[in-house]
Amino acid sequence: MAEVKLIGKLPSPFVYRVIWALKIKGIPYEFIEEDLTNKNPLLKYNPVHKKVPVLLHGEKTVCESMIIVEYIDETWQQNSLLPNDPYERALARFWVKFAEDKVVSVWRMFGAIGEELEKTMKETEEMLQTVEEHGLGEKKFFGGDNIGIADIAFGSVIYWLEVIEEAVGVRVISEAHKFPRLHAWIKNFKQVPIIQESLPDWDWMVAFCKGRREAVLASA
Amino acid sequence: MANEVVLLDLKVSPFAARVRIALEEKGIKYESREEDLSNKSSVLLKMNPVHQQIPVLIHNGRPICESMIIVQYIDEVWNHKSPLLPSDPYRRAHARFWADYIDKKIYPIGRNLWASKGEIKESSKKDLIECFKILERELGDKPYFGGETFGYVDLALVPFYSFFYTFETLGNLSMVAECPKLVEWGEKCLEKESVSNTLSDQQKVYEAILQIKKELGVE
Repeated sequence: MAEVKLIGKLPSPFVYRVIWALKIKGIPYEFIEEDLTNKNPLLKYNPVHKKVPVLLHGEKTVCESMIIVEYIDETWQQNSLLPNDPYERALARFWVKFAEDKVVSVWRMFGAIGEELEKTMKETEEMLQTVEEHGLGEKKFFGGDNIGIADIAFGSVIYWLEVIEEAVGVRVISEAHKFPRLHAWIKNFKQVPIIQESLPDWDWMVAFCKGRREAVLASA
Repeated sequence: MANEVVLLDLKVSPFAARVRIALEEKGIKYESREEDLSNKSSVLLKMNPVHQQIPVLIHNGRPICESMIIVQYIDEVWNHKSPLLPSDPYRRAHARFWADYIDKKIYPIGRNLWASKGEIKESSKKDLIECFKILERELGDKPYFGGETFGYVDLALVPFYSFFYTFETLGNLSMVAECPKLVEWGEKCLEKESVSNTLSDQQKVYEAILQIKKELGVE
């Protein structure tokens, strides 16, 4: 079986999506920490976007976190991350795309202050309201009884949002009464053994976020 | 079992065009309902409450949204002919990567080109040409992005062929000069009935864009 290598940089939430998929499938892999200040190796593996994560599977290179996750799901069929039914698959992909397209406000919160921060918080709240109202229904996970690609896509976003809120000193997702379904979902998500054992340490993450935010604001 | 297929549609939309081409490739009979985006139908609002956008495919009463997600759904349900995605996982990842690239770049940058002025317009023009050249390199010497047959990436990009006249006229550029292979590829795609029956006339797209510019108050 060809070797699997993941090029990434912790604690990138995009890299974690791939780590979770690999661990759920029980695929052994080598993690190669990418030095993002020296992008030369990345230029070889991801010349178009020059970003992590990049999955190397033997001679093959796959880029873009959720494309990598679908590749993993299709190549290794155990512990399926997508339902079998085409309609359910379309729904899962819909929420993955939503997680990709609409969560930019979360990352922008990280480096924002004043009016810009207010704006990104409002956008994030609207995004969360949409997911709360339309995304989960009565299911335990987006994937049903077990986590699937939409849970993986959102999982990194929501955990990182909680960290960012703690680091920035604001409350959006933390307003649990506004998002009962999402809160139940986050609780369940974090209790999945694979997720529990691979989530980065909370205190470390908050300290990391605070440090990075200070650096970003200082250079602004 | 009844197989009712309805498409909430918009003739000039490149995203809706992707779905119409896919449906024709598969020989699927469907009802097209043209939406007026300034006065969205209650069906559209009900079937796509999250984005309230076309295209929406309604198959036996159930909605599927987002053009390339609809295309994958069509490919999986009507898998008896004209496969749109390859069967090999690596080639599928490769196809998804390039469709994703097209989605992230062509429409938003193109829109900046025709909806802006001055510096934003100029830098959008540069970026757009650069993106098309990257796509041209990916096409290489293959007849289609999919290789010997028309596929997922071709489908993702070909509706934007209808926008070439708009990009050229409003951006003051020549697609034939900048990306001759891409123009050639577009013409080859048009030899397919599913594409030629679907693609909007370049002049019609240009007029639609001019109308949008007017509504936005951009000269």
